[in-house]
Amino acid sequence: MAHDNSYTGQKFEVVGNRFLRPDGIDKVTGKARYGADANAPGQLVGLVLRSPHAHAKIKKIDTSKAEKLPGVKAVITSDDLPDLTGGNAGNAHILENCMARGRALYDGHAVAAVAAVDRQTARQALKLIKVSYQKLPHVTDVDEAMAPDAPVIHDWCFTAGLEEKPTKPSNIANRTQMGHGDVDAGFAAADVIIEKSYKTEQTHQGYIEPHACLASVNPDGTSELWVTTQGPFSYRSVCAALLGLDIAKLKVTSSEIGGGFGGKTHVWTEPLALALSRKANRPVKLVMTRDEVFRATGPTASTSVDVKIGATRKGKITAATLELRYQGGAFPGPWAMLACMTGFACYNIENQRSVGWDVIVNRPKVAAYRAPSAPMAAYAVESTMDLVADAIGMDAVDFRLKNVAKEGTQAPYGPIYGPIGIEAALKAVKKHPHMKSRLKKGQGRGVACGFWFNIGGQTCVDLNIGTDGTVNLAVGTVDVGGARSSLAMIAAEELGVGYDDVKVHVADTSSLGHNDTTEGSRGTFSSGMAAIFAARDAIEVLKGRAAKMLDVPVEDIVWEHGEARATGKGHGNLPKLSLKEIAAKSPNTGGPIAGHNEVVADGAGMGFAAHICDLEVDQETGHTEILRYTVVQDAGKAINPDYVEGQFQGAAAQGIGWALNEEYIYGKDGRLQNPGFLDYRIPVCSDLPFIDTKILEIPNPTHPYGIRGVGETSIVPPLGAIGNAIANATGVRMNHVPMSPVRVLDALDQAAQYEEQVSAG
Amino acid sequence: MRYESPATTKEAVALLAKEKGAAFILAGGTDLLVRMKMGLAEPDLVVDIKRIPDMNTIKTTQTGFRIGAGVSGAQLTAHKAINKAWPGVVEATHLIGSDQIQGRCTMAGNLCNASPAADSVPAMIAAGAKAIVVGKGKRRTVPVEKIVTGPGKTSLKKGEVVEAITLPKPAKRTGDAYLRFTPRTEMDIAVVGVGISMTLERGVVKKARVCLGAVAPTAVLVPAAARALVGSKLDDAALNKLVAACAKACNPIDDKRGTAAYRTRVAGVLAKRAAKIAYKRAGGAA
Amino acid sequence: MSDAVLVSTKVNGDVVEFACPTDEVLMDSLRDRAGMNGVKEGCGTGDCGACSVTLDGQLVCSCLVLGVEANGREIGTVEGLTEDGKLHPLQEKFIEHAALQCGICTPGFLVAAKALLDNNANPTETEIRYALAGNLCRCTGYDKIVRAVQATAKDLRKSKKR
Repeated sequence: MAHDNSYTGQKFEVVGNRFLRPDGIDKVTGKARYGADANAPGQLVGLVLRSPHAHAKIKKIDTSKAEKLPGVKAVITSDDLPDLTGGNAGNAHILENCMARGRALYDGHAVAAVAAVDRQTARQALKLIKVSYQKLPHVTDVDEAMAPDAPVIHDWCFTAGLEEKPTKPSNIANRTQMGHGDVDAGFAAADVIIEKSYKTEQTHQGYIEPHACLASVNPDGTSELWVTTQGPFSYRSVCAALLGLDIAKLKVTSSEIGGGFGGKTHVWTEPLALALSRKANRPVKLVMTRDEVFRATGPTASTSVDVKIGATRKGKITAATLELRYQGGAFPGPWAMLACMTGFACYNIENQRSVGWDVIVNRPKVAAYRAPSAPMAAYAVESTMDLVADAIGMDAVDFRLKNVAKEGTQAPYGPIYGPIGIEAALKAVKKHPHMKSRLKKGQGRGVACGFWFNIGGQTCVDLNIGTDGTVNLAVGTVDVGGARSSLAMIAAEELGVGYDDVKVHVADTSSLGHNDTTEGSRGTFSSGMAAIFAARDAIEVLKGRAAKMLDVPVEDIVWEHGEARATGKGHGNLPKLSLKEIAAKSPNTGGPIAGHNEVVADGAGMGFAAHICDLEVDQETGHTEILRYTVVQDAGKAINPDYVEGQFQGAAAQGIGWALNEEYIYGKDGRLQNPGFLDYRIPVCSDLPFIDTKILEIPNPTHPYGIRGVGETSIVPPLGAIGNAIANATGVRMNHVPMSPVRVLDALDQAAQYEEQVSAG
Repeated sequence: MRYESPATTKEAVALLAKEKGAAFILAGGTDLLVRMKMGLAEPDLVVDIKRIPDMNTIKTTQTGFRIGAGVSGAQLTAHKAINKAWPGVVEATHLIGSDQIQGRCTMAGNLCNASPAADSVPAMIAAGAKAIVVGKGKRRTVPVEKIVTGPGKTSLKKGEVVEAITLPKPAKRTGDAYLRFTPRTEMDIAVVGVGISMTLERGVVKKARVCLGAVAPTAVLVPAAARALVGSKLDDAALNKLVAACAKACNPIDDKRGTAAYRTRVAGVLAKRAAKIAYKRAGGAA
Repeated sequence: MSDAVLVSTKVNGDVVEFACPTDEVLMDSLRDRAGMNGVKEGCGTGDCGACSVTLDGQLVCSCLVLGVEANGREIGTVEGLTEDGKLHPLQEKFIEHAALQCGICTPGFLVAAKALLDNNANPTETEIRYALAGNLCRCTGYDKIVRAVQATAKDLRKSKKR
């Protein structure tokens, strides 16, 4: 039956409380099973050989010696995989990214893989594979890759989105443009125009659990894949398409996931593990090393961005433009397009234009990273917003409020916003005690805003009620940060049972209909919506059974607080029947009681946040210490506030790491120099203060409970907030992220030299 | 790979001398095992020295301290007398990695791994530490600054083992300090490190040793920097001379952790700060 | 092929014996030969702390110890924190304070936090942060982890006074 997803303002009993997560005990005792924690009889160890070159022709791969090594059961190269060239380009690129075909396109690109009886043998086998490479010219920087004299990586790449189709291939895969109004007229009306360029370096999601899987393929094509993933269903369809397997015959089970942040939405080694298993006819366990994770899974784009904002002296933005150059690694991606959509999303700008360029370089294929593409565009915009406010002598928060997007504002990508939370967030920032606390000399405060769409998508859940009245909820979205708790609360709320009576589990792909990947902050939003509808389905069944038990027409039964009650004439003396009582009788009243729902969860409410950051810069070393940090974000409705706060804090911490120290460092040889947690510096415990949070609840009108996704938005503001705080602490505007000590000290020096010249001149 | 855990230094030396293939000493293992994981070291023989009693104790001697080569950072940090005598050396060693790494890492290993950025080394050199080197039938005592000859290279001969590090008994009114710069507060490799020790007489620096780390192929003892301090009460003029001498002694590279210019600049900044701490510890008025 | 050595060790108080390739690290021995899958691999190079265990009571990264080194020694893992079927107070507080999201770093944090509290019953926030700096968490921003450790320390001090 069709269900209405409108927000109704329903009063909650369970939702909004801080219940303990149901998987907590497994995770604090070491019992929880992650990607590398599964084993199968006869299992082999899989390892991958990777290119040491940034770009090279693979002339020959000699695997004969490796194959002869005792204990080696399979060796594969691209010859052992289907050639998808000329077919679906997306799938062909995915497969070529998993295993190089004729050319290694980046340092770390897989060229061969082995399966052997143990780790030692597999390692030895890798050493016995001889690859003859012919090095080719490479390019890793986004701006250099766009230059006319850059080495062209793919001869098939002709820039799409241009008015005239180019005659020559280049590294520019796509041009996107969006916006509205008359930008030229808008700038002509401005009193002040600020134009500035920014660069951001490439960062990685940095999940602590490396990719790991256990694959088993039988000669008849039935297959199983145990894997750490955000999207078991998409892994199933992609792996099936890449390897020519039947979707229904490939069962994918998602393990507990040790962090993903977008990086586990794409396949990397899983098709190789399946191919090895198929060749060896034995299960193959393949666990990436940390070095492989950095070199060969998908980090985010490095970028180069130009911003231009014009405003009147009274603080009204008259026009704004963005030019966004994003590299997507060795294959085309949608990354600059996403940046165009998000850059100006927090503001009401009548005349605006965003142009995006998706660029190919010799780096690993970029993947989603928490609000993908948004933080870099926001960094450029939020930094420039402060510059404009400064130029017209207006408080930076007031300037943002004056131009803030509201219900009725047109988004950069076209639609008109419904009720959104950015104005409320900025007002909450203004009122927050953090804004009133005093700063010492050398310290600075910065504020910045952030936006993320959030998504809904295909969702399917099953709800089954046991004869004792306890409930199983099977969902197909992966629990990346406590969602099982929220979903149990939602089901309990609907059914009128206790939180502890509901057990949520993440189902494998054979047990449930397709669910889109857990990305775009959709898990609790969409599975929550489906759980509500499934519970309502089950309630209809419960009412029917109650009618039978009470021998009244079902139309006379109402469901209240977990109980069926007969209403109407002559029913006054009939007992109320609890869910437990009805469930106990179910074997004799029609069998098991279940609810089910499949839905395309439309109407994901947009997420907005504003952050406040205090910091201190050591002006002799360029080191930045974060002193205080506050996140204000609209959650629509916080189901379990503990885990909403957790998302805010975690996203802010990732943004802080990105802003200050995290970056991919490529050498002149095009090789990644820091593929490890020692030199890819994610924040450690002693780098951060407590991260304060304030949850706003502006209901999403298109979710029964008003839920908005909360997972991603808060990674967007930190880059700008920290850049603004550094500027306020030192007087120096940083235009290159990460704002590492070396870059900050350099910028301070340049500013000092400039000062000297000015005073000498 | 053969694994041996001898009970005496003599046995360890014999094993290492006899081995024809690639032989490695396993002290804390915090460098060796990383290199093995990355495929950068492929030992034929590993000699674990942590079951040699003599190498796993700290002894207070008449002339100072003898710290066995297998003594962990955690053991050193817990040793009250060394903390009192050479707080800079203890702090420097404590900066090597996390608490987990501290449970394993050793000063001797930090030295023999021969990284220019080793934290304990500039502090040891500033303190006048020596290494007791044992070879087949021979034992020699070598100033720590003579051990490392370049990145990953030492003056140790085949079959030679550092058995212990010695620290002298500090003269009265001696203080030391070690500071390093890293982008993160922990879990990082020094971009620049500075170890300083000094001895005062009536508030005037009488003797000093200044050693820089991560600014050249090896840690560098900078006599000119020490001279800048000697005779001063750490006034601005002396500190400025110190900064200049440090900058002059730097011969760094641009790499993933920092630029040459940055290292040169920050070496002076840290030297100044470390000198002030050492001065105060030596009893000088701050 | 690597040489193997017979290793006899104690894991969480129980004798465990296995043939160990000499170049195998303790983390792999514990996971693959002793069934202690609570020991997690995040990096294999001592930079993340997910494989934290105690070796003769000393906190170490088990990826930076050879399996053969465990011979005759005692190892403690997250699986040993629970006593008589009861969760350790740290385990309880981690759940109560929502100090875990994905949970992959949690075993290492618990082992490291226990090592801290065993040595320092009343650590400051700064001491907690530095003591746990060898354990990376990418989900929480450490906020709720530090609070859980603070709350545990407070409870343990109270129960000791009684």
